[in-house]
Amino acid sequence: MSTLTDPPKPAFRLSQLIYDTRYRSITIQVVALILILAALYWLVNNTLDNLARLGKDFNYGFLSNPAGYDINQRLIEYNNQMSHGRAALVGILNTLLVAFLGCVTATVLGVIAGVLRLSKNWVVNKLMAVYVEGFRNVPLLLWIILIFAIMTESMPQPREFRGEEATQSMLLGDNVAITNRGIWIPRLAFTNSISGNEAVAPVEDAVPVASGAADWLLILGVLAASLIAIRFVRRRADRIQEATGDRPKTWYIQLGLLIVPVGIVFVILGLTIVSPYLRGFNFAEGIHLRNSLIALWIALSLYTGAFIAEIVRAGILAVSKGQTEAAFALGLQPARTMNLVVLPQAMRVIIPPLISQFLNLTKNSSLAIAVGYMDVRATLGGITINQTGRELEGMLLLGAFYLTLSLIISGAMNFYNTRTQLKER
Amino acid sequence: MKRTVLFGALTIAGLAASAASAATLDDVKARGTLNCGVTTGLVGFAAPDANGVWTGFDVGVCRAVAAAIFGDPTAVEFVPTTGQTRFTALASGEIDLLARNTTWTFSRDTDLKFEFVGVNYYDGQGFMVPKALGVSSAKDLDGATVCIQTGTTTELNLADFFRTNNISYEPVPIETNAEAQQQYLAGACDVYTTDASGLASTRATFEAPDEHVLLPEIISKEPLGPLVRHGDSDWGDIARWTLNALISAEELGVTSANVEELSAAATDNPEVNRLLGTEGELGAMIGLEADWAKNAIMAGGNYGELFEKNIGENTPIGLARGLNAMWTEGGLIYSPPFR
Amino acid sequence: MSDTHAHSASYVRDKMLPEQAPPVTQVGAIKWLRENLFAGPLNSILTLISIYIVYWVVIHIGPWIMNGIWEADNLNGCRAIRNEIYGEGVPAACFAVLTDRWHQLVFGYYPSALYWRPILALLLFGGGLAPILFPNLPRRLYILSASAPLLCIWLLWGGSIWMPISVAVGFFVGYAAFKYLTPVVGSLGGTIAAVLLPILYWLLLAGPLAGGLQDVLPLGIQAVQSRAFGGFLLALVIGLAAIVLSLPLGILLALGRQSDLFIIKTSCVIFIEVIRGVPLIVWLLTAQTLLNYFLPPGTNFDLMLRVIIMVTLFASAYIAEVIRGGLAALPKGQYEAADALGLDYWKAMQLIILPQALKISIPGIVNTFIGLFKDTTLVLFIGLLDSLGVANAIRSTTDWNGIYWELFLFIGVMFFISCFSMGRYSLYLEKKLQREHR
Repeated sequence: MSTLTDPPKPAFRLSQLIYDTRYRSITIQVVALILILAALYWLVNNTLDNLARLGKDFNYGFLSNPAGYDINQRLIEYNNQMSHGRAALVGILNTLLVAFLGCVTATVLGVIAGVLRLSKNWVVNKLMAVYVEGFRNVPLLLWIILIFAIMTESMPQPREFRGEEATQSMLLGDNVAITNRGIWIPRLAFTNSISGNEAVAPVEDAVPVASGAADWLLILGVLAASLIAIRFVRRRADRIQEATGDRPKTWYIQLGLLIVPVGIVFVILGLTIVSPYLRGFNFAEGIHLRNSLIALWIALSLYTGAFIAEIVRAGILAVSKGQTEAAFALGLQPARTMNLVVLPQAMRVIIPPLISQFLNLTKNSSLAIAVGYMDVRATLGGITINQTGRELEGMLLLGAFYLTLSLIISGAMNFYNTRTQLKER
Repeated sequence: MKRTVLFGALTIAGLAASAASAATLDDVKARGTLNCGVTTGLVGFAAPDANGVWTGFDVGVCRAVAAAIFGDPTAVEFVPTTGQTRFTALASGEIDLLARNTTWTFSRDTDLKFEFVGVNYYDGQGFMVPKALGVSSAKDLDGATVCIQTGTTTELNLADFFRTNNISYEPVPIETNAEAQQQYLAGACDVYTTDASGLASTRATFEAPDEHVLLPEIISKEPLGPLVRHGDSDWGDIARWTLNALISAEELGVTSANVEELSAAATDNPEVNRLLGTEGELGAMIGLEADWAKNAIMAGGNYGELFEKNIGENTPIGLARGLNAMWTEGGLIYSPPFR
Repeated sequence: MSDTHAHSASYVRDKMLPEQAPPVTQVGAIKWLRENLFAGPLNSILTLISIYIVYWVVIHIGPWIMNGIWEADNLNGCRAIRNEIYGEGVPAACFAVLTDRWHQLVFGYYPSALYWRPILALLLFGGGLAPILFPNLPRRLYILSASAPLLCIWLLWGGSIWMPISVAVGFFVGYAAFKYLTPVVGSLGGTIAAVLLPILYWLLLAGPLAGGLQDVLPLGIQAVQSRAFGGFLLALVIGLAAIVLSLPLGILLALGRQSDLFIIKTSCVIFIEVIRGVPLIVWLLTAQTLLNYFLPPGTNFDLMLRVIIMVTLFASAYIAEVIRGGLAALPKGQYEAADALGLDYWKAMQLIILPQALKISIPGIVNTFIGLFKDTTLVLFIGLLDSLGVANAIRSTTDWNGIYWELFLFIGVMFFISCFSMGRYSLYLEKKLQREHR
């Protein structure tokens, strides 16, 4: 009897691994895992074989050897006696700099072009169409080369600023020099610097000045404190508004909090504007924005801006007209309609592709090679590999850097996406 | 062989999977062509013409080696390489011989595992400036902007030079010679520095060459020569002695015009006879035909002819022989004896 | 009511006045100008700025192009002609470099007598695409689609005709194995045999077979080395080969990424993200410098083939994301309906999901191809002579040393024309597909 109520457990047969859907997925995964591991083993094994055959080894010791080459644009201190690792770091910072600058201007350009492309003005509309299509359909590399060449050909040489009959003069009260080697702008320095750097007179008979990280950290700290204070003021205004219905006027307090403390710090440190001036072959002092940086920056911004323009246009068009009309029917002002109804919806469409454009821009900055901008590909992935013959180690490091950067940016994108996702069933 | 056919079958890409075994000569013979690495284009040294035929001084070396092996100077595949890809192309066996104005240095010979087979051009790094700048010595270049080509020894030499003289400069790294030339002419740099031969040939193509001068300082030694991989000395010998044959031919007065006649029968000069294979068995010693050197010389002429035809004083490039004259004429070009 | 009103009021006109012309400001050019260019102060300013920009560009570039010199042997010849006609220092383009070398910019160093072969290959490729893009063509044309890739390869690289034929036989081997072995060893065994047998055939038999047939009956066309490829031809071959090869890989990756199986999903995600996270130029340098490390010692590929492999892997990650979008765009009902019909995973994908998802993805695939086509210019940095590389090579001959803008202008215009027309085509497809869906 008991046999009827208690059916025998079906014995596990080997064929179930293939035909039974309960087990099949495990089989497939195990097979896949084995194949992947085998492939990895094969690759690593080949690499080791090849390294042995070429008489090379795998180590990162070369990163601490002296680099021996110079880098023109360096955001941190560097000279040719420092290590390859330091050179790579200089390159990384340069990549980050141009990527950041590019993202900012590409967004601004893209938004302007996207909005103008929807303009009813025929000339403006067509001009923007030419811009967008022209940049989208020609390789970025070509644009970078062309813009670099246009800049060197059309801007004056530094020597034209020299002498009695100089054909060129500096702009903005002798503060800015635009040349075909880049743009020199004034820099800020301090007579009472707390950085400990030795104060140097920028020009003969001038007050010696210096600047260093400590100065800027102090200023940033004060600025941050001011912003926090401003937040408190705003919160207080909010509370009063909720309690009484009247919002106290606070803008002058906010403005004062923003300007006065930083201003005081500036005075204490003895802020001085150091303008560039002609010395020898080039301008001296000031900040030198090199042509390679500017060309790469402009080309990346214009190219990515054209893509962003299309994204912005699509985003605005994606918000249905009914939304605007409904907002008007509720009696909202046009400006508030834009802020409260259209933009939040358009942003949801715009932001994800926008961030993937930022990602593209960052990766495209590796084309710096075309204009001799010393980014990480040019230092670590270029000269260092070439001089040391460590292509395997160098390329792995380079790939890891770009991958980390991309993952950070796409992580930000995913975070935003989950936050703004429409809550559906 | 089957594998070769297979990859051909899968890809029909023609060329694939040839094992870079120890005997490069066997591979080259089996393939029927010599794979020779050259620049992607440098005036006078290597560039394809309107019909896609490569010509130039470095190209001449490749053709001579091909002629020595196959008797056919056209049995060469020219593989354009950049400053950055040239060494990996050679190390991986993609090319058999690299003739791309490459400087012979200690670390390249030892650490990068290559073997330089000789020097076909003695060069040195120089500076070119516009005359209007009024500079007469490289030591006056404090603060100057300098255009350099990346991926070469130039950037290291430059750093050394400015450091030892304790003056500052602003490097502008440029990828190709053509690009650097455009930057220099537009005044984006005060100075253009590269091998003196390159400077001279670049200057020769300017619209107004007289407005530019080469500074007297030569800041480095740049012996440029063809190189092969470490580990196959037989192959290295073929490349080395082909180059030497071209040099000896000039010394002995053997030219592309008279080599046919001289090799028809033994002459009075035993060294010419040994070189051209009418006496002795030098060819067999390096695994080639007896007339290998004759073929190499017929490919483009002897060393002097190659020089005159591609970069000499009668070409737009107009380089003087200088250091590259025969040792008998006060230069450094010298070949060990054929014996 | 109105009648009486009309009769009683004597001032009502009972005859139509002749039509008057509308006010000048409301018709023709002036109205158009007012509405489109000078609608408000801001608008007017924008118009004026735009017109000035156009004027500036025309003034600076116009004379240079109009004075262009088309007949000269070298740059110095150009300069001499310019000095003779216009005088020294007058801007004049030297388009003679294009008349002299345009074929190299387009075809690279492909033998000029054989230019018909790449052109024919391109036409064949287009012909092979037609039945896929236009479903109302006769189904028989699929034979063209299936044979186009091998034929194109044969036309481009040349060599013996027996090679592509013996490769094609491999597919029939696989098909036959599947058809005749399935009843014997079951569907799983049949599938495995259908994969393994052709591979074994290609590894062991295809080469000797082709060689033997070639010995018996030599049929073939002149072989062309990969190194002869250059200019736009190179960009097109790399781009098209990568897109075609990356499609199957991309589909598998997209399906893998959507899969419930943890290991499969994770490995697909890692692959896609790693490929997409690193710039193409780094991958190309990897192909140039590192691929030889990863392959067994002694293996040595053609550089172009290595680049195609690398670009294929690169493109497959992007295609996978495009197709994932297509899969996600399908309503859930489609998946549920397939399950309800009792179809297994592969049948459901093959018959219901993929046909629809791929159709939606076509514009995205075309856009990926445009991006890829533009990105092929990067091969310049690893020593392949694409159009920019050929331009550099041209500039390093003694004849044309020092020429600059003309070459870049030509390359830019060529890229613009091809990318712009492909972009328009993808827009048209998008619109057409949208219409079909409603």
